[in-house]
Amino acid sequence: MQYVTEYRDADIVHGYLARIRSIVTKPWTIMEVCGGQTHSLVKHGLLDILPPEITIVHGPGCPVCVTPQSLINQAVSLAIDHQVILCSFGDMLRVPGSKMSLLEAKARGADVRILYSPLEAVEIAKKFPDKQVVFFAVGFETTAPANALSVLHAHRAGLQNYSILTAHVLVPPAIRAIMDDPHTRVNGFLAAGHVCTIMGNSEYYPIADEYKIPLVVTGFEPVDLMQGLYLTIQQLEDGKAEVINQYSRVVKEEGNPDARAVIEKVFEVSHRNWRGIGVIPRSGYAVKEEFALYDAEKKFGLVAQEQENETGCIAGSILKGLKKPKDCPHFGKTCTPLNPLGAPMVSTEGACAAYYHFSGIAE
Amino acid sequence: MCLAIPGKVESIELMYENTVRMARVSFGGIIKQASLEMLPQAEVGDYVLVHVGVAISKVDEEEAHKVFEYLREAGELDELNH
Repeated sequence: MQYVTEYRDADIVHGYLARIRSIVTKPWTIMEVCGGQTHSLVKHGLLDILPPEITIVHGPGCPVCVTPQSLINQAVSLAIDHQVILCSFGDMLRVPGSKMSLLEAKARGADVRILYSPLEAVEIAKKFPDKQVVFFAVGFETTAPANALSVLHAHRAGLQNYSILTAHVLVPPAIRAIMDDPHTRVNGFLAAGHVCTIMGNSEYYPIADEYKIPLVVTGFEPVDLMQGLYLTIQQLEDGKAEVINQYSRVVKEEGNPDARAVIEKVFEVSHRNWRGIGVIPRSGYAVKEEFALYDAEKKFGLVAQEQENETGCIAGSILKGLKKPKDCPHFGKTCTPLNPLGAPMVSTEGACAAYYHFSGIAE
Repeated sequence: MCLAIPGKVESIELMYENTVRMARVSFGGIIKQASLEMLPQAEVGDYVLVHVGVAISKVDEEEAHKVFEYLREAGELDELNH
């Protein structure tokens, strides 16, 4: 496939690896804040070939992993108590709520559907005018335009039976929260390429300046990730803290203004509770008052119960880069993808699930 | 979750009461539909990045080669320094 296959070329990956080996003199810890990058780094075995000086930690970049249990409970309540057609991306279904997951709700007869796109949920609402249809709108800035667009499609079609349960989170406030933690050991970041495709690079310059850390906007294929790491390590070794765009074939400096216009029409910035981390101010999106009819929380009078079940999951420390999955006493023992204690073991993009699937432990 | 895949725009049609430009995008032969509402300049033959049914960026052909050129240049510079 064009623009995919050539970025998986082992010789180029090893070329960048040799460059990294030739310049690295000190230990550095680098964090990526994107579950897709976590998955790719582990799946392609890149973590195993990096020189011992480099430690990669995996930040809160998997939206499923940071969605609080209270929101899962609300989704389950919509499906079971309010009997809506609850539509979601597949990853959300197995995340445990306080009483059950959405998959268990489906097993009990609730109408829970896995969709590829929120726009499909609008079409379902058109097809079933007598049913309420709710899309569980999770995601980072990359997914926000599509979720907002579904509201605009529903609005344009005059639908009264479509709404979204919003769990949107933003990357820059999460990076700040990690750097504000006095225990942080992160020296530099791979910034999430597809988030910047929408938002552009401007939010990252003040972060590089304030915290004196390099940020390299990076793609998802092995060549991208290895070049992104090289550009980060090169800056660290040279004492630089700049924003560099490795993923320029896709990310424009200004991002995608048409996509941001859609976000700004439907959403406003709000505080968000991140599972395992807590409330981060102005770190997510909520539906604007103007579109309250499409806000499932308001429409169904849902109340957030913020209490989390105590399971022994150390997701908070993992998402902040303080610990790695294998530091957890439950990893691969009492916590597996089939019986997860916490969300990072559920989503294919969660750090624990990625380590589990590609470390050989499953065999 | 932020997975987005590059594919080639094969055709474009107006859908939803002629309000939305929708593309048929080929991902190595597998065809999916994608909204072009956030990429109004996209045309047939372009490679676009698609995320959850929405095209979010056009792949820049010129920039796409840079990752390979950069490595070659870095190697040449290294040789000059030794």
